[in-house]
Amino acid sequence: MSSRCRASFTLLALTALALGACNREERHSRAKPMGETVPAGVSPDTIWPGGTVAQTLDPRAKIYDNNAPAISQGQQLFSQMNCSGCHSHGGGGMGPALIDDEWRYGGRIDQIATSIAEGRPNGMPSWRSKLTQDQIWQLAAYVRSMSGQPSKDAVSSRAESMSNTAPQTLTPREPAHTSDTAEQ
Amino acid sequence: MSVQHYQSIFGNASIEARQFNTLFVIFLAVCAVMYAAVIAFMLVALARRRRGGRANVMEDGRHHESDPALRTGLIGWSAVVATGLVALAIASFVADRSMASTAARERLSLTVTANQGWWDVQYIASDNSKMIRTANEIHLPVGVPVRIYLKSNDVIHSFWVPSLAGKQDLIPGRENDITIVPRKVGLYRGQCAEFCGTQHAKMALVVQVEPYSDFIKWWERQLQPAAAPATPLAKAGYDFVTSRNCGACHAIAGTPASGTVGPDLTHFASRRTIAAGSMPMGEGNLYGWIADPQSIKPGTKMPTIGLEPNELHSVVAYLETLK
Amino acid sequence: MNELERVKAEDERLARERKKIARDGPKLNGAKLEARLERTWRRPAGIVGWLATVDHKEIGRRYIVTALLFLALGGVLALAMRVQLAQPDAALISPGRYNELFTMHGSTMMFLFAVPVMEGVAVFIIPLMLGTRSTAFPRLNAFSYYMYLFGGLMLWVAFLLNIGPDIGWFAYTPLSGPQFSAGKRADIWAQMITFTEVSALAAAVVLVCTILKTRAPGMTLARMPLFAWAMLVVAVMIIFSMPAVALCSSMLISDRLIGTNFYNAAEHGDALLWQHLFWFFGHPEVYIIFLPATGFVSVITETFCRRPVFAYPVVVLALISTGILAFGLWVHHMFATGLPRVGYSFYTSASMTVAIPTALQIFCWLATMWDGRPRFPVPMLYVVGFIITFVIGGLTGVIIASVPLDLQLHDTYFIVAHFHYVLIGGAVFPLLGILTYWFPKITGRMMSETLGKIGFWTMFLGFQLAFFPMHFAGLLGMPRRVYTYPAGLGLELPNMLSSIGAFVVAAAVVLFVVNGLYSLYRGAIAPPNPWGASSLEWATSSPPPPYNFEHIPVVETRTPLWDAHGELPVVTGLRVDEKEILLTTVVAAAPDLREPVPAASLWPLIAAIAVGVLFVSSIFSPWAVVFGAIPAAIATAAWFWPKELKRHPEPVIS
Repeated sequence: MSSRCRASFTLLALTALALGACNREERHSRAKPMGETVPAGVSPDTIWPGGTVAQTLDPRAKIYDNNAPAISQGQQLFSQMNCSGCHSHGGGGMGPALIDDEWRYGGRIDQIATSIAEGRPNGMPSWRSKLTQDQIWQLAAYVRSMSGQPSKDAVSSRAESMSNTAPQTLTPREPAHTSDTAEQ
Repeated sequence: MSVQHYQSIFGNASIEARQFNTLFVIFLAVCAVMYAAVIAFMLVALARRRRGGRANVMEDGRHHESDPALRTGLIGWSAVVATGLVALAIASFVADRSMASTAARERLSLTVTANQGWWDVQYIASDNSKMIRTANEIHLPVGVPVRIYLKSNDVIHSFWVPSLAGKQDLIPGRENDITIVPRKVGLYRGQCAEFCGTQHAKMALVVQVEPYSDFIKWWERQLQPAAAPATPLAKAGYDFVTSRNCGACHAIAGTPASGTVGPDLTHFASRRTIAAGSMPMGEGNLYGWIADPQSIKPGTKMPTIGLEPNELHSVVAYLETLK
Repeated sequence: MNELERVKAEDERLARERKKIARDGPKLNGAKLEARLERTWRRPAGIVGWLATVDHKEIGRRYIVTALLFLALGGVLALAMRVQLAQPDAALISPGRYNELFTMHGSTMMFLFAVPVMEGVAVFIIPLMLGTRSTAFPRLNAFSYYMYLFGGLMLWVAFLLNIGPDIGWFAYTPLSGPQFSAGKRADIWAQMITFTEVSALAAAVVLVCTILKTRAPGMTLARMPLFAWAMLVVAVMIIFSMPAVALCSSMLISDRLIGTNFYNAAEHGDALLWQHLFWFFGHPEVYIIFLPATGFVSVITETFCRRPVFAYPVVVLALISTGILAFGLWVHHMFATGLPRVGYSFYTSASMTVAIPTALQIFCWLATMWDGRPRFPVPMLYVVGFIITFVIGGLTGVIIASVPLDLQLHDTYFIVAHFHYVLIGGAVFPLLGILTYWFPKITGRMMSETLGKIGFWTMFLGFQLAFFPMHFAGLLGMPRRVYTYPAGLGLELPNMLSSIGAFVVAAAVVLFVVNGLYSLYRGAIAPPNPWGASSLEWATSSPPPPYNFEHIPVVETRTPLWDAHGELPVVTGLRVDEKEILLTTVVAAAPDLREPVPAASLWPLIAAIAVGVLFVSSIFSPWAVVFGAIPAAIATAAWFWPKELKRHPEPVIS
């Protein structure tokens, strides 16, 4: 349980309401094509086995990370683009599991967005030509939420479909760590 | 087509709509008479004392008495109100049963599945190869009872074409249906009538009621796959649409584009409106929509892709061939 | 000394003590009595006393002022919506923002204005009208106000911080569910429901007990004022209906917070479950708003026609039967959802039947005007405006009770017109009239008659201009909850007229507020009974002293002040050194018990804060229900901690 939940028993709840809300609830419906502030094609170099090279966080991260509408849109895109066809609601199948804390190519939102956009070795297709940057980042926000990284306030507890995972609002928060690609 | 009845309850374009109008007039007449009676009673009651006379008021110590005629009036009033309401309830029930009886005789079926912002329309045929799929536009043969099955993919919507019939909700997890017998050839507009999200206001549809032969011709044209592009510009557009973002969500029969997230575009250019009734079909509107859907219908599910100008030209050119 | 002697000695000591207790009566009368009572009943000075008050008049005033503030806020939202809708395809307000506006407008008006203002007026006037010094459970009364205030503040702070709800005031699932409503906006809405529901339940309990047990001796149920009857029925309706909405909103929070499946069709939940539970509350809710207004109309009509309302038993039975029938109508909000048609016929009949008691009440009021000698100060003007306006709304209600008609008119601007006619015409007009009528009793000054008349005509004509065209907009095909509409459908004219009318209504509200503020400082000083009315609240000064009445009056008819001929009989014997009220029996109002009244206490405020923190934090974490219950339990225990009375020489039930 995150410290934020415990703290909210006092009047800090109202403060959390105020402070956390600024980004959590912001709707970016005027979805201009992104990528204007960051040159396209910058790819975090996390495909070295076992290595973590410190990388400055993409400035788009703070727009999508912990943003409830983005995670919600990502949830719908996940089912619409049939990500479950390989990742099976996060449990993994042909593709790796998304609900655990092992990330071969990095579990930060910009790393996940790059994985989706560029594709990865071992079968992840590239979606750059099929989805806009905005949609990719929404998907990345949702994928990140499947592994329990964003704050519980921003995630959705369930979809309007058959249950397939534990509600993300109840699972413990887990930081991502990069795993060795040699381990399958 | 008179603009006033394009989306009006007085459009009177079907059997159900006519029955509605008759019932509405009956109710309106009875209610108007009741209202006139109330106001008349009040005006006389207020005016009568100005002429002086005996009143049962506190000043004269008579406030515990009452005019005996009022007791009769109360009983009479209760009887009139009760009778009037019973009559209206019976009229309503009769009309309801009459509308339901037409529901048993349908000869054409289609399924409308609502999504946030658009309507997915599938015509049912006994032979699967004859089924057609379109979006945001329905064609109906005049005089033929049609049953429309109503489903929803996400939230609760409501299917409402006022000129033709009352509304029926589309509820996820349930299948509802509505039966219409259109009686007047023409073009009618409908709108989603249950709040369904950011773009509830612009989730409209168009119903074209036409003679049976025209309807069959339309059906047969809808069965054809998409026309192959003829000009180089259209070919470039075809390449873009099938290999880039469009095909991820939209389907065009006869091409690799087979997405089911958004409306079917196989005969897109033959439709009368773009974006679920938001704008009339036309080249300028098409440019505007493809270039930036979010500025026309903020919050819609179709993203602003950010096309280069030449890509935009080619895509529009290709879409215009999809008649 | 043995046991028996000890007990006898104790008895004698108590009897001596008892003789020393000061009570009102022939020995203690007039100015000396007033001074003693004032000292006993006034609340402690300073900010602490202000927060800790249990005086029903202060709490009632707070309710009314807070509710009128929310009326103004909700009205500003309406103006914003009308500006956006004045022209087709306008782009002044984005769709997301517009959805927030109508959600806030509906929620504010229904939950934060309409019900609380009726509760507030009742809480202020009912003890005065019934001839007692206090409500039952005064601390619960204070708690209910604070819960209401905190719920309203939470909702509006969220809205101003741009995290307000945007799902409609009715929040249908699955749109309000976890998949389609991201973030915490919907949870804030749902918890506002919990706050206002707890507040309303507390106020309802206070009202029921006050009306049934604290009436003046001789005020049998058959002699009780019609407004008290209306509030009794309303309070019972609140108790039965509010739990349904608290339940469905809690289930919504549960779905959203911990992933339950109450409304998830894929896991055998049902989206329609929400609608059933919500409207099971929602329909009685509108009668909870309307019936107090019928009480207002009875009060005003009686006073200004100079005779009691005709056929009192009929009016009482009409109130009770409306209250009962109101619970059998809710499916008429769901005629388009595809439930079995045969079942619908039942609800059509029930919806039409409920018009009958209201029609009888209207006859009785009109018969009172017929048989009496009506005068037309401002409150009576509002009653006339009410008849003209509400009956239109009631008749459009009969129209939409029919299933085939409703299937066309449901969710269109015809419905918007209908409910504004019955809510504004049927509740707000009588409310403005009764605030004018009871303004002298509440503040001690008369409202300006001229400003009042101008305000009435502005309001009446502005309302018709704003809402009558909406009938046509609906018939021409305009659905509800749309941020814009296309040109060419004939909707431009009705919308433009409505938008102009909305500003006229706003001007009328401003005029009313200006009148109130001006009259507060410059109005004519009011005597105890400026209107020459018949009920007990006018038997004391304007405004009443903290103890309401010098002596508890005795009532022998339905119109005590008109039959008293100058000297109202009283009972004596209540203590003046401790706060005490007289309890009477439920039906015959024979004197029964003397009940101590609690002193001013901060515990209702503290408990409300504790419960408020529990509710707000449970938006964010389910553990808050567990951990937040601890301070709430502590506050409640402290509140109810048994108190020693310093001198209790007689058995006291506390």
